[in-house]
Amino acid sequence: MSVLVFLDQADGHIKKSSLEAANYAAKAAEQLGTTAEAIVLGTVNDELGTVGNYGIKKVLTVADAALNNLDAQVYTNIIAAASENAELIVFSNNTTGKAIAPRLSAKLKAGLVSGAVALPQTGNGFIVKKSVFSGKAFANILVSSAKKIVSLNPNSFTVETGSGTAEVVAFDAKPDTAKISVVSVNKITGEVPLSEADIVVSAGRGMKGPENWGMIEELAHLLGAATACSRPVADIGWRPHHEHVGQTGLAIAPNLYIAIGISGAIQHLAGVNRSKVIVVINKDPEAPFFKAADYGIVGDAFEVVPKIIDAIKKLKAVA
Amino acid sequence: MKILVCISKTPDTTAKIAFADNNTKFAADGVQWIINPYDEWYALVRAIELKEKDPSTILHLVNVGMADNEPIIRKALALGGDEAIRVNTDNSDSFFIASQIAAVARQGNYDLIFTGKETIDYNGSAIGGMVAELLDLPYISHAIKFDLEGTDAIVTREIEGGEETDKAALPLVVSCQKGMAEQRIPNMKGIMGARSKPLNVIEPVAADALTSVASYELPPAKAGVKLVSPDTPEELVGLLHEEAKAF
Ligand SMILES: Cc1cc2nc3c(=O)[nH]c(=O)nc-3n(C[C@H](O)[C@H](O)[C@H](O)COP(=O)(O)OP(=O)(O)OC[C@H]3O[C@@H](n4cnc5c(N)ncnc54)[C@H](O)[C@@H]3O)c2cc1C
Ligand SMILES: Nc1ncnc2c1ncn2[C@@H]1O[C@H](COP(=O)(O)O)[C@@H](O)[C@H]1O
Repeated sequence: MSVLVFLDQADGHIKKSSLEAANYAAKAAEQLGTTAEAIVLGTVNDELGTVGNYGIKKVLTVADAALNNLDAQVYTNIIAAASENAELIVFSNNTTGKAIAPRLSAKLKAGLVSGAVALPQTGNGFIVKKSVFSGKAFANILVSSAKKIVSLNPNSFTVETGSGTAEVVAFDAKPDTAKISVVSVNKITGEVPLSEADIVVSAGRGMKGPENWGMIEELAHLLGAATACSRPVADIGWRPHHEHVGQTGLAIAPNLYIAIGISGAIQHLAGVNRSKVIVVINKDPEAPFFKAADYGIVGDAFEVVPKIIDAIKKLKAVA
Repeated sequence: MKILVCISKTPDTTAKIAFADNNTKFAADGVQWIINPYDEWYALVRAIELKEKDPSTILHLVNVGMADNEPIIRKALALGGDEAIRVNTDNSDSFFIASQIAAVARQGNYDLIFTGKETIDYNGSAIGGMVAELLDLPYISHAIKFDLEGTDAIVTREIEGGEETDKAALPLVVSCQKGMAEQRIPNMKGIMGARSKPLNVIEPVAADALTSVASYELPPAKAGVKLVSPDTPEELVGLLHEEAKAF
């Protein structure tokens, strides 16, 4: 019996969220007294042996360009074949993981815990803590099937790397003909994808209009951050829809979330409350966001943000 | 054309989250229940729009749950849809629920099955994919746009770091999110009409439950906000750099 982790790639590179899942799989394997293997579908440019640094002993590859686009059904059948000996299969709970893990769960009758935030407790049954109520609470889920699937929430697990080289072996699998064909792909290039960002600079209706986003973008650029926004801002068309975070938008968990001119409505918080550090800049001391914040400034964003930009520039000049 | 929309019930987005019975149950006292926003605003409304375009479309709703779910099923019928099916069970395991929906779908021979992208209470994002697998159908998750071209569906979905437009032949399972449609409010005619629409109650088929909730917990409370004067924002930068080590 072993642990298998699915490594998701974008443009030939293994994603950060998948490397977290790899390390999770390795630690879970240690707990279960076994070793962790990984599977990569499609063609990649990365030197895959290096996932050994995350504790993976062996990487199975199916380097078939037909797999470079995700068809959950095709992927599921290959991963199912590769997980014959796996008691636990690990995914990152990103859009790719969410497309595949449930299918695999139904196929293998393997209980699924999606949105896991901690390693399994294996003392008394197999129990995994997951995020529920859009980050407002946790549930400890008991998985009763023999095979288990865990999909790990991005940025909710502390990665500890070591050194090691994974053995890379080709996995013999013939992809089924995809029933879904890709008409077009539109990747937002040149920016940090929101779901993977360490730092997110987000702004709301307090910015008054789309013409004022220059300083938000400048701040984000300085910090290597992604930009996000509140729902009304996306709805009025000040910012693109994919930046909308919250209950009905994207749920994110960066290390640092800076909220500028956002009131902090409960539905907004639902998408960002798993962030490690929350900074709020709002001119209203009663804004509910301050209750969820670690640091805050009660002040006018139009005065405060340029000063913050200057201070960061100074800091960077010294460093 | 036959469409099945999966409807689930969730606490209102502003509901206070608390637990009872030694943290093993959601404290439902005084909680307002709603149709899960992704199911209502996006899956259901888009299905209604497809029926408006082609009135011969048959639109069914399915909910897996107990009789106290009927008010939200009626509300969904007030928005649109011809009839609803409720599978009478309180089992909340995703695989069990998906097995029930798959059984209903087999019976009804639907061309298209819509779910929400996730429930806002359990956040499983699981039912759609499971139903698709059980029915051996393709599954497009996180759809933001859906159109029909004859017997093909053209679907735009969110992928990591962007969007992708796919084409697939029906039958198909799609999970829906923002972008698919605009939220609607039921009107009086819809509400009156919903009362006489069929709401068929059926008993669950045999299926395994693979998971159960052992307990719930609330996150530890935040220590409280550290405020910096608006006159000296550089102090905030210092704190984030040195204390929080955020950059
Ligand atoms: C079912 C449901 C789901 C929802 N889902 C989401 C969701 O996913 N995401 C989401 O964001 N919202 C969501 N909402 C909407 C949510 O309730 C709020 O209406 C929304 O988040 C408010 O956006 P905002 O903070 O940008 O705007 P406002 O509430 O208008 O707040 C603007 C803030 O800016 C401050 N401000 C104004 N001028 C300045 C200045 N010069 N400097 C500094 N601060 C200033 C004000 O004090 C105020 O706090 C949802 C609502 C419902 C009912
Ligand atoms: N009890 C249920 N009855 C009918 N549909 C459901 C039920 N639970 C979930 N769904 C559907 O499956 C979607 C995803 O739910 P989940 O996998 O629990 O996050 C929801 O948005 C609904 O469309």
